[in-house]
Amino acid sequence: MCRTVDLHQAVLAKNDENALALRGYLGDRGTVAVNLLSSPGSGKTALLEQLLGRAVAGGTPAAAVTADLATENDATRLARSGAPVQQILTDGLCHLEAGMLQRRLEGWLPEGTRLLFVENVGNLVCPASYDLGETLRVALASVTEGEDKPVKYPAAFGLAHLVVITKTDIADAVDFDREAFLRGVQQVNPGVPVLETSARTGQGVDALLAHVLRCAAGDETHVPVLARQHERYLHSHGPGDGNGHGQPRGDGQAQAHGDGPAHSDGDGHVHTAGHPLEREHEHEPGAERSPVRGRTP
Amino acid sequence: MHELSIAVAVVEQVEEAVRAQGRGVETLTLRIGELAGVVPEALDFSFGLATEGTALAGTRLLIETVDARGRCDGCGREAPTGMPPVLWCAACGATLTLLGGRELEIVGVTLTDGPRDGKGPDDGPRAAPSGLPVHDEEAGHVPHR
Repeated sequence: MCRTVDLHQAVLAKNDENALALRGYLGDRGTVAVNLLSSPGSGKTALLEQLLGRAVAGGTPAAAVTADLATENDATRLARSGAPVQQILTDGLCHLEAGMLQRRLEGWLPEGTRLLFVENVGNLVCPASYDLGETLRVALASVTEGEDKPVKYPAAFGLAHLVVITKTDIADAVDFDREAFLRGVQQVNPGVPVLETSARTGQGVDALLAHVLRCAAGDETHVPVLARQHERYLHSHGPGDGNGHGQPRGDGQAQAHGDGPAHSDGDGHVHTAGHPLEREHEHEPGAERSPVRGRTP
Repeated sequence: MHELSIAVAVVEQVEEAVRAQGRGVETLTLRIGELAGVVPEALDFSFGLATEGTALAGTRLLIETVDARGRCDGCGREAPTGMPPVLWCAACGATLTLLGGRELEIVGVTLTDGPRDGKGPDDGPRAAPSGLPVHDEEAGHVPHR
C-alpha cells in the first residue's frame, strides 16, 4: 500500500542554508556582498573595473570574485584595479551557488574588506534563483540589449535592489528607448532605483559607488515585491539575518530612501523618475494618491 | 539551464528525507509558482537525468503549478499578476503584495511497498506494486501554464 510522506521543503533549502551561513560569515567580518547579474556582454566587467578602481582610490577596501564557465580573463582585467580578485570557474554551470562562493572566500577574503563584488555568470535566468548571501543584488542591462529586457526576465530584474543601465554613451546610436525600459523595470519591481552608467566615459560610476556604500551602511534599502514573497521560501532567522536581502523584515514594506521610483541621469544623484507609482508607506494615512496616468500596461 | 541543478537538489533532499523509510519512492510532488523562474517541462526532463542511478530512479514526478496573484497594498484589490507580472495596482498605482507565485517546494512523496534497488525503473511507477492503481493518468497529469 502506498504511503504518503509530507515534506514541504523549499527546493533550494540547501543553497539557502549555505547563503545564510555565508551572510553570517560576511556580517561578522563587516563585509557587504554585492551580487551583479546581467546577460553576457552587458558590460559588467568594464563597470566593475571602474568601481573597484574608484573604491581603491577612495580608500574603501573592496574585493571581487568573478565567475565564468571558462578563462580567467575577467580576473586578470579586474586585478589591474589593485583590488584583491578571485576567479571562479564554474565548469559549465550557468550560475553561482552560495557554497561555491563560500569555498572561494574561505582563507582568501582579506580582513577588513568592506565591499565584496560578486560578478555572477553572464545569464539573466539561472542566477536569479540563487541567494549568495548578498546584501545588495544589482541587475544590469546595456542599452544595446533592447528595452524589454526587464519584462523578458522578470525574476532577474524583479528581485534586484538596484537596476543599472550600462553603455549609456551609445544610447542614442542604438535608439535606446529609455522610457520603455524604465516602465518595464517599474512593472516588475515597483520603486526600485535605476542608475545610468557608462564605463567608457565614467558617467554615473561615482553615483553607483555612492549608492552601494549607502546600502552597505544600511541607509538605503529597497525591498522588491518578489523578494517579500521569496523570503518565505528562504531563511527567516539565524546569524547575520540583519544583512539579508529582502531586509528589512517585519511588515514587508520597504523603508525606501527618497521618494520611491527613481533613476539617475548621471548627474551624481539618484532621483525620482516622475513615475506615477506611489507607495503607501510614503504617505500619511488617508493621504490622496496620485492616479496612474498613461502607465497601465 | 538551472533546472538540472534544481532537480539534483530535489533528489538529494528527498533521498535524505526518505532514507530511513527503507522503501522506494513512487511519486514525488513539487509545487512551482508561475514566477519561480523554473520551467516545468525542463525540470521534468532534468528530473529523469538527475534520478538515474539513485534511490529515486523510476520515480514519477508530479508538478503542481501555482498562478501568481497579488493584493494591492492600497485598495486591497486582488488579481492575477499575469506573466510578465505587473506588480503594481492598475486601479490605484500602489505596490502589490504577492499572495502566491514564487513557490518552489517539495510537497511530498508516496512510497512503494518495498525497497527499490536504485538501479533503474524496473519496479518503477508503471509496475504497480500489489496491483495498486498507480497507473492513474489523472494523478500523473502535469498542469502547465
